[in-house]
Amino acid sequence: MKKAIITVVGKDTVGIIARVCTYLAEESINILDISQTIVQGYFNMMMIVDIAAIEKPFGQVVKELEELGQDIGVSIKCQMEEIFDSMHRI
Amino acid sequence: MINIMEVTETNDMIEKEMLDVRTITMGISLLDCIDSDITVLNEKIYNKIYNSAKDLVAVGEEISMEFGIPIVNKRISVTPIALVGGAACKTTDDFVSIAKTLDRVATEVGVNFIGGYSALVSKGMTPAEELLIRSIPKALSCTERVCSSVNVGSTKTGINMDAVKLMGEIIKETAEYTKERDSLGCAKLVVFCNAPDDNPFMAGAFHGVTEADRIINVGVSGPGVVKTALEKVRGESFEVLCETIKKTAFKVTRVGQLVAKEASEKLGVPFGIVDLSLAPTPAVGDSVADILCEIGLEYAGAPGTTAALALLNDQVKKGGVMASSYVGGLSGAFIPVSEDQGMIDAVVAGALTLEKLEAMTCVCSVGLDMIAIPGDTKATTISGIIADEMAIGMINQKTTAVRLIPVIGKGVGETVEFGGLLGYAPVMPVNPCSCDAFVNRGGRIPAPIHSFKN
Repeated sequence: MKKAIITVVGKDTVGIIARVCTYLAEESINILDISQTIVQGYFNMMMIVDIAAIEKPFGQVVKELEELGQDIGVSIKCQMEEIFDSMHRI
Repeated sequence: MINIMEVTETNDMIEKEMLDVRTITMGISLLDCIDSDITVLNEKIYNKIYNSAKDLVAVGEEISMEFGIPIVNKRISVTPIALVGGAACKTTDDFVSIAKTLDRVATEVGVNFIGGYSALVSKGMTPAEELLIRSIPKALSCTERVCSSVNVGSTKTGINMDAVKLMGEIIKETAEYTKERDSLGCAKLVVFCNAPDDNPFMAGAFHGVTEADRIINVGVSGPGVVKTALEKVRGESFEVLCETIKKTAFKVTRVGQLVAKEASEKLGVPFGIVDLSLAPTPAVGDSVADILCEIGLEYAGAPGTTAALALLNDQVKKGGVMASSYVGGLSGAFIPVSEDQGMIDAVVAGALTLEKLEAMTCVCSVGLDMIAIPGDTKATTISGIIADEMAIGMINQKTTAVRLIPVIGKGVGETVEFGGLLGYAPVMPVNPCSCDAFVNRGGRIPAPIHSFKN
């Protein structure tokens, strides 16, 4: 298993999760956990995903998710889990 | 498992507080390039650096993409060229030809600076070292990316005052050679006391002779992150203040450690050290001076500045040390003037003088850094300033450095633009009293009593 964290932040609108999940399914990315909140109309989601089965280079997935975000009108980031682990876990 | 708060905290640091990895610097030993033929030497240097570092920039960008954190600079440091070129270089132009080779290969592999056009002369100068030092003005004026440093003193050896005197002249000459560009050459020239072998930061980086063939050193930064963390503890006691800085430094350094490990693995080059420095940039919100203000000063330079900087520097180290398996380099807070908007504001407001900056260097990680002074400042006066700074380093067993820019054709109150990461600076006044007789004595200042520990 190779974990990455996807964060989606932006103005809430219909179908954000649907479109992100469709992309993930197409790229064989398995979702392990989702947490989501809406603060003052702003959509805030974090997904923990398994990217072990992706065929593209990880950098390309990062770019495509970013572009998908621009298309929906939200900001989507995809980062390897290690950066969070090293910062918040000893 | 990682939660949404932690993820948001990290991403806020990156997006809003300008957390970044300031530099991945590959140290490359050129000792095996030594040859008595200058053409062969240049060829060997080019090939060794090119083959070692051709993937450095690509790997840096890949890591940056994977973790979503900017890696601002990819750089190279090499063995001090005075050692490498000693056998081949008979004239200053021979040394300049090596500088041009370094510049060419740096451009080719895509790094923005290459450090190590250096000489280590803390006790004495060999003819080759003196030749390299004399070639610095020309070398820095005909190259873009080459950085130069000269170590003129150490706690163990004392201060080489002949070299201090010479460096005053060389700084002036370098300013003169690059006067069309606001004496920019001097921004790439550092004079050190107790220079570390593994510093990843420019302009003073070189690959020490005690190092392995190749090594990866990483410099982290994040003054904006510390500043934001401190905004939340306004009015609290020093205990709370120090704990906050320590925790923040820990988090920032962990990112550096991760990036260093990844880079080392991907490049197949051993991991050297993480340098825990708080390095500012001219961008608003990326300032060490702003942290000092957040600690409680109206401007950097106000009474209390030295104490505030001392605690900041110490807490950064305490927090960072546990976060990395190997810590080295300069590790502390940098206080360059032109590269820090808060420092520039303090100078313009009249709160910060050269003398106060000198006091601050007693407790921070480096020294008088990126300070523009009038172009008509005498060479001996510059040597005097260097000698003062070297004495602070020698006696306090710490690294100190001087990077002064006598801006030819400009005087106090005028502003110089260096551009990019080097920023801009108001020209600061220098004490006009002479120190000619002191500087002209010649010889060296003996090592201090507390260096005899054997």
